[in-house]
Amino acid sequence: MTIGIFITICYIISSVLFIIGLKRMSSPVSARRANQLSAVGMLIAIVATLLTSGMMEWQWIALGLAVGTALGILAAVKVTMTAMPQMVGLLNGSGGLASFMVGWAAYRYQPGSSLLTTISTYLAILIGGVTFTGSFIAWAKLEEKFVTGKPILFAGQKIVNSLLLGALVAGGIIFCAHPADNYPLFIVIMILSLILGVMAVIPIGGADMPVVISLLNSYSGMAGAATGFVIINSMLIVAGSLVGASGIILTKIMCKAMNRSLANVLFSGFGNVTKKQQTDVKGEAKPISVKDAYYVLEAARSVVFVPGYGMAVAQAQHAVRELGKILENNGAEVRYAIHPVAGRMPGHMNVLLAEADVPYDQLFEMDAINPVIDTIDVAVVIGANDVINPAARHDKSSPIYGMPIINVDKAKTVFVLKRSMRTGFAGVENELFYYDNTRMLFGDAKESIQALVAEFKSA
Amino acid sequence: METQLDPVSLINLIFLFVIAIFLGVELISKVPSILHTPLMSGSNAISGITIVGALLAVGLTPGSTLCTVLGVLAVIFATINVVGGYLVTDRMLRMFKTKPAGDKK
Repeated sequence: MTIGIFITICYIISSVLFIIGLKRMSSPVSARRANQLSAVGMLIAIVATLLTSGMMEWQWIALGLAVGTALGILAAVKVTMTAMPQMVGLLNGSGGLASFMVGWAAYRYQPGSSLLTTISTYLAILIGGVTFTGSFIAWAKLEEKFVTGKPILFAGQKIVNSLLLGALVAGGIIFCAHPADNYPLFIVIMILSLILGVMAVIPIGGADMPVVISLLNSYSGMAGAATGFVIINSMLIVAGSLVGASGIILTKIMCKAMNRSLANVLFSGFGNVTKKQQTDVKGEAKPISVKDAYYVLEAARSVVFVPGYGMAVAQAQHAVRELGKILENNGAEVRYAIHPVAGRMPGHMNVLLAEADVPYDQLFEMDAINPVIDTIDVAVVIGANDVINPAARHDKSSPIYGMPIINVDKAKTVFVLKRSMRTGFAGVENELFYYDNTRMLFGDAKESIQALVAEFKSA
Repeated sequence: METQLDPVSLINLIFLFVIAIFLGVELISKVPSILHTPLMSGSNAISGITIVGALLAVGLTPGSTLCTVLGVLAVIFATINVVGGYLVTDRMLRMFKTKPAGDKK
């Protein structure tokens, strides 16, 4: 019995370390230590669990830990910063799958457990299954593998989804009433859960991925918490709900940054909603040559870079940083303004710029940059579109109306680096391109920036 | 892995669950948006805590091959979640620096 108490004490210590770990995430200065503390907490939890009396099958445990560790290290070392959303998606998915399998094993080992355990098992299977396939689809969409990144919509989709949900609820009730001899129904529930994950994510477009990834993050925590109810383990519940809460908060922040409700993100394919007539184009987009752009930047006292997913795609962050450094040496004040939903997951751009050695005190949130934006000489937009579209402020017919944006149009000059005049992910024409103070620098973002760097160097 | 969840322990667990959710909300609200990606991968690693259940599913289910197989697979996936999550978070956080990197190159 004493070993049981010892294990519980270890679990308490682990939980405290997780909490301190999350608390210290509030500053970049302490964040790295915080993450290490959290990892120590996890190690303690694992070791304590292995001390549980009656543990057997050590060779299999060792095998599982070894294989998982090897794959985990491999994934963490190989992944590029650009692909971080996919990586987090996959990690979410594997956590969900693990919860799913634990639920399955728990049921198989003890089919006739108490009603409450059965309900918990059902929830672990449901949430774990949805997290697993949902994350997998999110990953596939981000990678543009197997499925398109665009919303997949078909006639009767909502009916199919409602039926699916109804079947899961009804199946769950019947199953929980008679769990002992209902293995076939259990299998049906497992399969339906997996299908639900797929169905929930396919109608969501690439630009809405920050919300989906956050939400799945929350689910993966909730799946862990549900598993905690199955095996009656307080630490699983604490850790799982901490993560669940973190996912909820991030989801909320993302939705707010897009001025959309969660329901709207989840249930309406963005692109197809409004294929409205092109906004009446005011004037003409004015292209600018690299040479002319150089002259303007050379004279600028303050420059703000506004990156979007396009910067990640072009892998332009290092070039941007180099240009930023040159501008600083040239006496300009350089800042980077980051919209909350720029990129494919919350904070994605910050990581990319940090990777390129941009000090984090130069990274500004939207709310910090907007009040001073009219003092900025040049705003350089790299691969961002919808998050800087002024239509969001005044055009009530625009699908992005009401979304908070970075007001780059109020800067003295705006450079937009863009391949072509294509619309953004929301499929909305961007009137910014036709403003008097806007100049279009066409071409690959990375090449354009490098050309500008070359101009500065040759000067 | 014998578990019989009874109403008393259920209500205790729900108590924990609710408190932890509120604690989580308080903690996470204080994280600045520049750290949201590492926050997410880091908290994601914490959700790998389900590894505890996975280990028990392997170790405490004698005589059931299916449970052992499921348990081992669960251990593998949970370990990927934990190890991958913490390492990749560390990789990211290592990059966040404050000084203008004049020392580079």
